[in-house]
Parts: sequence; C-alpha cells; structure tokens
Amino acid sequence: MRMYSRIGRWAAVLLVVSAAGERGLCQAAENIDQLTKTIRAVEPKGVGHREAIAAWSELAKADVADLPQVLAGMDGADDLAANWIRAAAETIAQRAAGQKESLPLDQLEKFLADTKHSPRGRQAAFEMIVAEQPAAREQLVPTFLNDPSMELRRLAVAEALDKAAALVKDEARQADAAEAYRTALTAARDTDQIDAAADELKKLNQPVDLPSHFGFVMRWHLIGPFDNREKKGFDVAYPPEKEIDLQATYPGLNGDVKWFEHTTDDAYGTVDLNKAIGKHMGAIGYAYAEFDSPTARDVDIRLGCINGNKVWLNGELLTANHVYHAGTAIDQYVGQGRLKAGRNQILVKVAQNEQTEDWAQRWQFQLRVCDHLGTAILSADRPGKTQVSSR
Amino acid sequence: MRSIAFVLIGLVFLSTQLAADWPQFRGPNSGSVAASAKLPTDWSDGKNVAWKVDVPGKGVSGPIVVGGRVFVTSDEGARQQMLNVFCFDAESGEQIWRRTFWATGRTATHPTSANAAPTPASDGERVFAFFSSNDLICLDLDGNLQWYRGLAFDYPKAGNDIGMSSSPVVSGETVVVQIENQGDSFAAGIDTKTGETRWRMERPTGANWSSPVVLPAGGKRGESVLLQSHDGLTAVEPMTGEVLWRYETQCSGIPSSLMSDGWLLVPSNGITALKLSDESNSPELAWDENRLRPGSPSPVAHDGKVYVLASGVLKCGDLESGDVLWQLRLAGQHWATPVIAGEHLYAINADGTAHVVKLGEKGELAATNEFGQGVMGTPAIVGDAMFVRTKGQLWKIASP
Repeated sequence: MRMYSRIGRWAAVLLVVSAAGERGLCQAAENIDQLTKTIRAVEPKGVGHREAIAAWSELAKADVADLPQVLAGMDGADDLAANWIRAAAETIAQRAAGQKESLPLDQLEKFLADTKHSPRGRQAAFEMIVAEQPAAREQLVPTFLNDPSMELRRLAVAEALDKAAALVKDEARQADAAEAYRTALTAARDTDQIDAAADELKKLNQPVDLPSHFGFVMRWHLIGPFDNREKKGFDVAYPPEKEIDLQATYPGLNGDVKWFEHTTDDAYGTVDLNKAIGKHMGAIGYAYAEFDSPTARDVDIRLGCINGNKVWLNGELLTANHVYHAGTAIDQYVGQGRLKAGRNQILVKVAQNEQTEDWAQRWQFQLRVCDHLGTAILSADRPGKTQVSSR
Repeated sequence: MRSIAFVLIGLVFLSTQLAADWPQFRGPNSGSVAASAKLPTDWSDGKNVAWKVDVPGKGVSGPIVVGGRVFVTSDEGARQQMLNVFCFDAESGEQIWRRTFWATGRTATHPTSANAAPTPASDGERVFAFFSSNDLICLDLDGNLQWYRGLAFDYPKAGNDIGMSSSPVVSGETVVVQIENQGDSFAAGIDTKTGETRWRMERPTGANWSSPVVLPAGGKRGESVLLQSHDGLTAVEPMTGEVLWRYETQCSGIPSSLMSDGWLLVPSNGITALKLSDESNSPELAWDENRLRPGSPSPVAHDGKVYVLASGVLKCGDLESGDVLWQLRLAGQHWATPVIAGEHLYAINADGTAHVVKLGEKGELAATNEFGQGVMGTPAIVGDAMFVRTKGQLWKIASP
C-alpha cells in the first residue's frame, strides 16, 4: 500500500545526506533513545520525575521525522512512561500540523505494521496516520482483526460486525452473514462486541458457546458458609485454605459444612452462592475447581465479584480484594499466575458482609482463565472443549 | 527590591487572572457563584448560544476556564481506559489541542458515571486533570505535559468500581486529591511543579465522592484544605499535610462543603453551619438544619442565603439562622451543582433541562431551556458566559 507520495522525498533526503549530516542524524537518534530511556526510568510515587521532566522537554522538541523512533520509546515502557512518551509524540505532531509539516506517514505505517512494537505505540501511530490521512483508515483497520493491541482489534471487530450486519439484510446471504459474525466473534475480546456477535449468531440459529469463548470455569466444588460476621472472616484461613479434601466436613457458621458439586449454566459463568449455598449474611463461601493444562504456561485468572474475595492458583494467592458491593464486571480483578503441566487447583474465597440494603444482597462470582489478551484457555478435560483460536 | 516588586506584581496579576477564571469544580472559592455575571435567561439554537462543539467520549466532569481557554476531560474505549483532555478557545469554541492517555488504575464505573468524573483544576499556569482511575495529569495551558502520576499505579487497591468523582483543588504550589474508598484510602498533596508527593495521609475506608475545599487565609489562619469524610472534617496545611483541626460530624458522601463569607457550610445533618473566625483555628457550630439536606448537588450560598437541591426541590435557607425561607419544585434528577449569576440561579438536571430561577423573597421559575442531552457536570461561568458540558457537547451560553 503505497498511497502516500512520500517515498520520493525520503529517497531524496537519503541521497543528499552528507557524512556529517549522517553523523548528526545518528546523534539525534541516540539522543532520542537516551531521552526515552530516561523517561522509561520513571517509577511509581513520583520517583524519577525531575529527570523525566527535563527529558520530556527535550524529547518534545524532536523533529517530526523522528516520530516513529519516539513512539518506539514505548517498547518496554510501563503504563506510566508510555503516557509521558505519548504526550511528547502528540506534542511533536501538533507542532508539525501548526507548521504545515507532514507526518512521516510511510515510516509510521511501517512502525504500525511491526507487531514487535508495543501495542500502545502502534495505536498512537495509527491515530496519527488517520488524523493526517483519514482515507488510510479503510485499508488499515481490517488488518487489525487479530491485533495484539486491544484498541486496534476493537476497530476491526466493529468493522467486521458492520459488514456482517450488511450481509444479514440480504435473504440470500444468511450463510455468509453467519460466517462473518463468526469471524467477528472469534476475534472479539471486548464483552459488548462478543455479545453483539453472539446475539446475531443466535438469531441465525447458529450455536454459540459463550462460556467457552470467554473461558469461564463452570464446574465447581462449593463449601460454606463460614463465619464473616463483622467482616472478620476475610483474613481467617478456614480449612479450605489449608487443605483441599473434598470428603472432609468442617465446622461452619451454622453447623458443619461439606463440599458439594455445582455446575453453573449461566452464559457468563456466574455462580450464585445465595442459591447454591443458601442466603447468608456475614458469611464466607469457597469454590474449588481443578484445571488440566497440557503444558506449563502463564495465565490470567480473571474474577468478577461484588463481594470480598481472594483467588489462589496452586496455593499461590493471586488477588485479594476486601471490597463489598462496589460494582462488579467481567474481568474486574485480574490475577496473573502460571499453570503447571497437569492438574492445577483454583480456589476462590467469596466473603459476604452484613449490609441490609436491597442492593447489597448479592453473593456471587464469575471466573475465567485466559491469556493476557483475554483469549480463553480451557481445561483439557472441559466437556465439549473446543479451544478458541489464539494469537 | 526590584525583584520583590516584580514578584508582587506577578502575584497580583495571577490573582486577578484567576479571579476572572473558573479554575476548578464550582469555580472560585468553590462557591458556584459569579455575582456580577449577566447571563441570558433563555436560549435555544440560534439564540444566546455563542457556540457549541462536540466533545468525543464520555464524561460527567465539569469544564474549567483559564486564560480564555476551556478545558474538558472525557474517556473513551471499551473499558473507559482512554483519557482525553481537551482545550478549546473560549471565544470561538475552536479546539486548540487534545491529549490522550491510557488509564493506569481501575476504570470501571456505574453506567451513569464515567472515568472522566472529577472536574480538573488549575493554578493559572497548569491544568491538573484527574480521573476516576486516579490518574493525575499535569499539562501546561498549551498542552505540554508537565508530569503524570498514576496514583492507583502507586497504590493498586485505590479505586471504586462504581466510580470515583472527587475533584482536586490547588492551594499554593500543592494540588490536593482525596481518594477515599474501601481499598487504599488516602489524601495526598502533590507538588504542582514536579508531581512529587509532598504528603500522603491515610483516610477512612469507605466510599466517598466529595471534593476537598480550599479554606482561604484570614486573620491568624493560613490557607488550608478541608477534607470531608463520613466521620467528619479535617483541615490540613497544604504544603505539609499537617492536621490543623478536626471536627467530628457525620457528613454526606456526595455533596461537598463550601466556605462563604466566613461560614463553613457542611452537608451534615442537612446543613451544618460552622463559623470559622479569623482569630480561631477551629470551627464553632452556629446551627444545623435537617430540612436543608442537599441531594447529590453541593450547597450554594450567596447574599445571606444558602441553597440546596434534593429530589427535585430547591430550598432556600437563611445563612444566619438556617431557617428555611422558601422552596421551589424543579423537574428531574439533578447531579450538577447549581450556579448563581446575578440574581438568577441555574439548575440543570440530568436530562439537560436548565431551570433558571429568579432569586428573591421567593424563588420564581423564570425560564426553562433544553440542552437536548443530559448534563451531570457543574457549569462554569466566566465574564457574561456560561459553559455547559452535556453528554456529548460543550456549549457557550452568552448574549450576543
């Protein structure tokens, strides 16, 4: 795609670069690398700010031709530093626009195409390209369908949904529409887009396995209630935190409790403990699942839970949140851990408090296993398991 | 001597400049009042609308106006994770610049709120844009990044998935944020120039959406910052965070306090009026009046009266006694704090209906005007113009 007539300019520039000029360019490049390195050294709590402020001031003066290199400074940057560098890139682009200078579109496009660069740097590059050349959007967006940048991928999925919606209006192309929606669903990682594709597939009488698409764990062993009156049970290690013995009986809040099996049929994997264990206030429930993995690998364990909660993977605490009735959503809490090859143990602690308001009665959770992009990872022994394609 | 003179001239200029601005949530002194402003009482497309522009993304924050520029925040993305700061020319409505960032903290909110919920603040040279995700962004008025703090990056348990909305305030060279929730709950004073933490103070755990307030210096008192929480008030010295005084009373978690003519009006037991004299460093109870209980909008005080808005009813109380003088039913649910310009109070509801109330012995509904989109953020008034942020637009209301 050589839609921009900029190669000529770059070729001319390269031809006339003198040795001295080349050295100057190298020095400029080294300088930008040093400046972005200084900014990447910013740490939490304001550590490194003074150096970063000085470096940012210099970086923002960089030539517009150096934008790809500035954006490359986001490679390996954490969330904080990425924002500093993006602001410098936007400032450079704004100054260029004010001076009627063109962006280095070809170089930005090459940068965008190279998925080794950070997703954030590439997203910024895309936004700059389409700000100067809106027509580029039409050609670039379809290439993002499996992009590691969730923001870029979202654009492609939205476009795929639009194309499918156009097809479904044609009675003769229902099969094509179904295939198009399936393509969109497979690529989608954002809940609203997943729901949109799934709803349309269902209307077309196509099977949709939402729990598998997300990677929700559906089969659990549950036990409870244990005591959480005055919220004091959250930090009490009840027996399930010390051993997993599915045959054991333990003293609970209102008498002995024992493990029982529970499979949710909720499309979003929600386990309603008020129904499964019974309605209790000031109570703790535990959920345990086994997860078979053919190989060792890093995973996200993502929890949605409106109650206090803790999640362990093979005995390692991944996340703990002593928060009650302050909203819930899919992927509300993200724990990062590592599956071992073979059988893994996932344990969830769900703490209900004693609030009496109507809106404070839910006692539930939903948990999924996925990679860092949100692509489902399914237990090898999952019934009807079909691994969602992953990139 | 000459340098001192220059500094003094500079300070006078800055002070005058800020007085002509609307630099924070509820404007100068957090008062929500522009006493000398002459605003139109009715407007529609083509009449008394100087301009309106689209603001991409979602936001319930209010606009601020500094140095002839209007600053507005919004968020975008499937998870409200993209943070926008816009700068518009106050005269023309033309966008001067836009900056976009990635949130570093929790971005979930109730559907009616947004990550862009806190209203920005400014010291006249810089804009401090704050978000529910506890990202605190400092830009100069031309959009140059000064520094970036991810306060939930620092303290990952800071956040509330219903949304945070406390707006920052600036006192001297410190920007103060109040981040109260069930996790990492704290207030902090941040150096305006470097973004470094001057002080950090643990705060009660529990949701709180109210905003800090700058209490101006007077007599022996220096300028201080008031932190309002469920269990009471805490006044701190802005540079050090030293606690100057505490006052125990059960405060509301949404509307914020305000200081007006020596009265400290607190959303507690309805309204609790405290007297903060120039000679004393601790407040004294003057009155409290349960019938003046504010809803989500903060109270407003002007010309010896206090106004509260709850459940669609505007009430007027006497500032000296707390006696309820009159009440007037308005329509709809209100989140935006009303503003007073001249002899009118402007209360805009969540459906975008602006009620213009003529203030006097009785409140009189002078006019209603429709924005056609919901309004959640408190308007800004500068000169004879009101800037209103609707669900998707920024309006300038002014007579030609």
